[in-house]
Amino acid sequence: MRQPDISPAFKRPGIGAFALRASAFAAVVLLAGCAAAPADDPLAGVNRPVHAFNKGLDTVALRPASQVYGAVAPTPVRQGVSNFADNLSTPGDMVNNGLQGDLDGFARNTFRLLMNSTVGVLGIWDVASAMGVEPEETDFGETLHVWGVGEGAYVELPVFGPSTTRDAFGTVVDFVIDPVGTTLDGREADYALGARVGSVLDTRERFSTTIDSVLYDSADSYSQSRLIYLQNRRFELGGDDAQQTIDTESDLYADF
Amino acid sequence: MPIFDALSPTRRAVLAGAAASVLAGPALALTDREARALIDGLVGEINTVINSGKSEAGMIRDFENIFNRYGDVPAIARTVLGQPFNAISSAEQAAYTTAFRGYISRKYGKRFREFIGGRIEVNDARAAGRFFEVRTTAFLRGEQPFDLTFVVMDSGGQDRFINMLIEGVNLLATERNEVRARLDRVGGSVPALTQALQSAG
Repeated sequence: MRQPDISPAFKRPGIGAFALRASAFAAVVLLAGCAAAPADDPLAGVNRPVHAFNKGLDTVALRPASQVYGAVAPTPVRQGVSNFADNLSTPGDMVNNGLQGDLDGFARNTFRLLMNSTVGVLGIWDVASAMGVEPEETDFGETLHVWGVGEGAYVELPVFGPSTTRDAFGTVVDFVIDPVGTTLDGREADYALGARVGSVLDTRERFSTTIDSVLYDSADSYSQSRLIYLQNRRFELGGDDAQQTIDTESDLYADF
Repeated sequence: MPIFDALSPTRRAVLAGAAASVLAGPALALTDREARALIDGLVGEINTVINSGKSEAGMIRDFENIFNRYGDVPAIARTVLGQPFNAISSAEQAAYTTAFRGYISRKYGKRFREFIGGRIEVNDARAAGRFFEVRTTAFLRGEQPFDLTFVVMDSGGQDRFINMLIEGVNLLATERNEVRARLDRVGGSVPALTQALQSAG
């Protein structure tokens, strides 16, 4: 689906591949010990401490690093790094397009990969978007949604941030089935990882006003992050504002 | 070319608006068109501000002004607080509404900073239950375009927007969550909440 909007930090959580296995393992351990919580947020008891940890990580590492990156690297350089990282994630998107039977998305991503990897010099320039061919970004969580799997409970993953039980499982599968991640090694893998870290820092810096507001100015930043993530994720997967207004939010408009 | 950026959405809006009014049935045509006209005006003003080259503080002031003229802020304030609003005196209601107005304007005014140098285009207006939804697309520099939807209602004879959805993220629901969490934090006292909102956002 589409990438960055006003809340990209909630959409594309994560700092990089290096922490995946550790954090997925930690999540499983934490899930096993979960306490009583509200019916619509059964994992709140584990999620809240993880949220506090992630917020601390943002305070001491991600936020300051993104400010340095923003100050040191000129905008065209940051854009090129982010484009390069996006291009590397295209084959993984194509695998999921295929699994979802999304032929249009598959065709557009194939075109993008071919154009951007050649004319766009290894993906540094996004020439396909300039030609009007926008990416169809997706993930295995969406594939599971297409296959009829429900979202499950909200879960905040260490380092990777907001997710659901379905999408957390999808994140693990995406690392396993990613054709790029399983092909690159040595120095190439380091470049790929570096570009992904750069892309996350760029997003954190670019949307700093909104992200800071949610994390540091909210009365309950866990609850706000959860609400924003779930609304955005459901919109991405379902994608119809009118349905939301009429069905799920009917009590929201009861006073009008 | 900021002049073209500012003008072209308006021109498109007029053309598309004319088309929409022809396509819509006679019963809804008037309000449908009005809902769209409101958002055309709103979007036109936002586009002018984000391409004005003014200082950030100046732009935030402009956004506050736009938010207050186009949005039904008292209705948003009331809904966000919910039941406790009905339990307080009219003086407390007025004080809370004023504090909420400042809070919401500062908060979302700052966020529109991320739109600087971009533009918004109006796509269509359609009936959604008792309301109208006007769908727009925001084009920010270096980003994929994203969806921005305004929910519009007739508020005492005047059309006003009562909600805004940014890629599905709903202002009313998000602020209800936030303001009620703030109310909990001050032990359920609306006057204490009002005081806190005066410096928040």
